[in-house]
Parts: sequence; C-alpha cells; structure tokens
Amino acid sequence: MTPLLSVQGLTKRYGRHVGCLDVSFDLFPGEVMGIVGESGSGKSTLLNCMAGHMVPDAGRVMFDTRTEGPVDTVAMAEPARRMLGRTDWAFVHQHARDGLRMGVSAGGNVGERLMAVGARNYGAIRTAAGDWLERVEISVDRIDDRPGTFSGGMQQRLQIARNLVTGPRLVFMDEPTGGLDVSVQARLLDLLRGLVRKMGLSAVIVTHDLAVVRLLADRLMVMKDGRVVEAGLTDQVLDDPQHGYTQLLVSSVLQV
Amino acid sequence: MSDYNFAYLDEQTKRMIRRAILKGLAVPGYQVPFASREMPMPYGWGTGGVQVTAAIMVPEDRLKVIDQGADDTTNAVSIRKFFQRTAGVAVTERTAEATVIQTRHRIPEVPLTGGQILVYQVPIPEPLRFLEPSEIETRRMHALEDYGLMHVKLYEDIARHGAIATSYAYPVKVEGRYVMDPSPIPKFDNPKMEMDAIQLFGAGREQRIYALPPHTRVVSLDFEDFPFEASKADHACALCGAADSYLDEVITDDAGGRMFVCSDTDFCAGRRTGEVAA
Repeated sequence: MTPLLSVQGLTKRYGRHVGCLDVSFDLFPGEVMGIVGESGSGKSTLLNCMAGHMVPDAGRVMFDTRTEGPVDTVAMAEPARRMLGRTDWAFVHQHARDGLRMGVSAGGNVGERLMAVGARNYGAIRTAAGDWLERVEISVDRIDDRPGTFSGGMQQRLQIARNLVTGPRLVFMDEPTGGLDVSVQARLLDLLRGLVRKMGLSAVIVTHDLAVVRLLADRLMVMKDGRVVEAGLTDQVLDDPQHGYTQLLVSSVLQV
Repeated sequence: MSDYNFAYLDEQTKRMIRRAILKGLAVPGYQVPFASREMPMPYGWGTGGVQVTAAIMVPEDRLKVIDQGADDTTNAVSIRKFFQRTAGVAVTERTAEATVIQTRHRIPEVPLTGGQILVYQVPIPEPLRFLEPSEIETRRMHALEDYGLMHVKLYEDIARHGAIATSYAYPVKVEGRYVMDPSPIPKFDNPKMEMDAIQLFGAGREQRIYALPPHTRVVSLDFEDFPFEASKADHACALCGAADSYLDEVITDDAGGRMFVCSDTDFCAGRRTGEVAA
C-alpha cells in the first residue's frame, strides 16, 4: 500500500538552533498521526514544513497525488502546491482568526475554497456552505454573520468547515483545541473524531494535550529538542512509555 | 510657445513611461510599476492619467478630457488647459474628433475607433486591495492566478443585498488571465471595453500602469445564477430622449424634483443638434 504522506529526513534549522532534525515517518490513508511534545520541541516547525508553509533545509515530503502518484511537495512548483493546499490538503490553525477571514461572512468563509477551485454557481455554493455549517453544529441562520460575532469554539468549528468543504484527503492540525475551555474542547473533539471517521480522512495533529491524541490519533510521535524520541501506537506509547521523556510527559498529566 | 518641455514631462521620464505602457500592452491587464512623478496637481485628480497622456502625446494630437462624462467640470477643464499651455495641442469636446481622450470614470457613448487612445485615471489599480491588504500577497495571487477571493466579494454582495451590488469598478478578467480593476467606471460601461481603440490606465499615487490593446477579451466576473448585468437608471434622458445611454440623476429643487440626463454631455448635445444619430 502506498503511504498517503511519506516524510523522509526532514530537517529545519534556525541558524544555530535546530527546528526539527531528521524526522521520517509514513502516514497511510485513513490514519491519524499525533505529534506531541513540549513547547519548542519542534512539532509546529515540522507541521509547517510538511504543509509547505516553511521550506525545510533537507528532506522530502512525498504526497500521493490523485493524478501523478507520489510527488515531492518540497520540490513542487508554487502554483501546484497552492492547488494542493486548497483541494487535497487542509490546515487548521490553533487560532481560528489565523485561518478565517474575519471581514467575510461565515458562508463566504466556507465558500472561498469552492470558488477558488472554480465553483461559479451561487446557489450551489450557498447550499454547500449551509450544509457544512450544519455538519459542524453551527445554526444555518448564522450563515450571513461574520466570524467576529461567533464564540471561540464556534470560530474553530467554522474554520474546520471551511477547510473540509472541498473534501481534502489530508488535514494538518496545529493545536486545534488550544485556548478553548474543556467542555468546548470535548465537543470539538467529538465532532473531529466523527468527521475523521466518516470522511476517512488522514490527519496529522500537533498538540501538547495528551487527551487529544488519546481520542483522535492512531499513532503517536513524541518529540523533544527537534528529534523524535519515541513513536508507536497511541495506546502503547501512552500506557507503556519507554523513553524517559515520554514517561515524564505521561506522568505530568494531572489525574482528576 | 512656452518654457515647458513639450507636454510638461522631460523626455527621459516620457521614455520611462512609454516603456511601462508597451509592457502593459504586451501583457494585457498586468499592473506595470513605474516611477510616477510629482505633477502640479494633487493625487486623486488624475496624476496617473496625465502622465500617461503626456507620454503618448504628439503635437498633431487633438485632446478631449472627460470628467464623469462631462467636458465642462473642474477636473476636465483644468487638465485640458494644462495640456493646451504645456503642449499647445488642439483640444475638442467631440468624441469622434479626438485622437487622445483622457477620462475619469466614464467611457464615451459613441463607440471609439481604431487610432484613438482612451486614457483612464485610476485611483486604486489593485482589484484585490480591499480583500487582501498586503501588496506582496496580492502580487503573488496575480502571479499564481489565485482569484478565488474575488468571487468571495461578489458572494458577499449577493448574500447581503440579494444581487451583485457592486455598481462601479466592477472587476473584469482580461484574456482569461489577469483580473483587473477597470477604474471606477459604472458597470454599464464594462461591455464597451472590448473596443477598437487602445485603452491605457494610469495610477499616479499607486505608481502603476496597465493597458488593454484593441479587441482584447474583457469578461466581467459573475456567477452562473447571478449573471453580470450592465445596469443603468430606468429612464430616458430628459434632454435628448436617449434610452440607451448612462444617466446622471440631477436634483432640480428642494421639493423632490429631479431629472435624468445623459452623463456623456457631448453625446447628449450631439443628439440634440442632430450630429449623433438617434
């Protein structure tokens, strides 16, 4: 089976400092990969390099495209990468404000990706937008409201709808539940889990919240100082951590 | 004649502007940066258009200047006087007689012919400006033909007003490639942009020149179920009776009296004297 995403020896340095060092892994269709680690461990750098927001210093990111099979997205031309970015890929930012257009209505936000790939029928775009708002549990009568009038949790759900509307195959998520209170987090996680399972999405989720990966991720990578120190099945890594740092991380979680 | 160099600008500057114009004509709809000069008029009064006109003008030219369709408003009168004084060229108010027409916000009603040049004054050349504030990003979007955002604006219009409410500076796609701001002409004029004459656009403050060669394909953006419509006031001209020209609404008293008259004063006058066919 061809992996959907194959990362090989990805390295990014910031001058003398290491962002991430020699990271390699395969992600198969329908699989969710969690990346955990403390702040500054290089997990966001890794995600941004994979998603094409940053140029890595070394390594390859092979993506299994629909038409041409596996292609190195690092070496890809910018127009092709942007096309991927609005069709097969999705990127959910930690802060919904980074991923939304705050001056545009909720419907316009969801419809933007459709229009970017050539949808030119207003009625169809609006129907799709309304449909997606419902799927992320936002009432359809808020379709013409701006995201600024939404709560934090709703903004995050709107961002997810905006990203998934074109039916991507791979979703990058950067701390999707960061900054939300626990009950809102729970609802969002529930929604994400449902969407990922229903649409058969593959996802890479970066987070420092072990509960998020426990719920969503099939496999887990633990990063420290830019390196992957432990990788394996989520339950295996969390229940029987081998590396000293992973043991520290697991035992640091407050049991209520 | 006068102590000015012909048409005010020095020859090196004209040469620089002509290069930008040629590049603009070669890549229709692409905004060519140029080193805009200080002109003896404020920004927003047509500094870009005046520089383009000065660069293309020859002593044999006959100049017409339009301001919102009219030949006799402040902007039109002063620019016409400016070139009479600095270039000594002939001027006219008749569209058909002019070789160079500088315009602010209108295309003449009488179709232009090959050999004529229409120069637009452009305040904001970037059609994506109010959607994406970063110039770096908008240039990248043009380069990559990343124009989804332009339709988001039209979508917002329909969502809010039930129809595409943009009525001037209506975005167009040029030769299937660049999205272009046609300057603040009413969308009624958009279909006229596929014409026999050369069209040049100058933005002085923003330092951009762009151009449309004759017979360039210019398509106004729209949705399948909300097609583009060249709208005008639903009246006939109160003076000449024309039913197919763009109209200005004129308030005539403080008791609600109003009349609709042709915005193109030359066209209206011509029809009344019988020079322009009805």
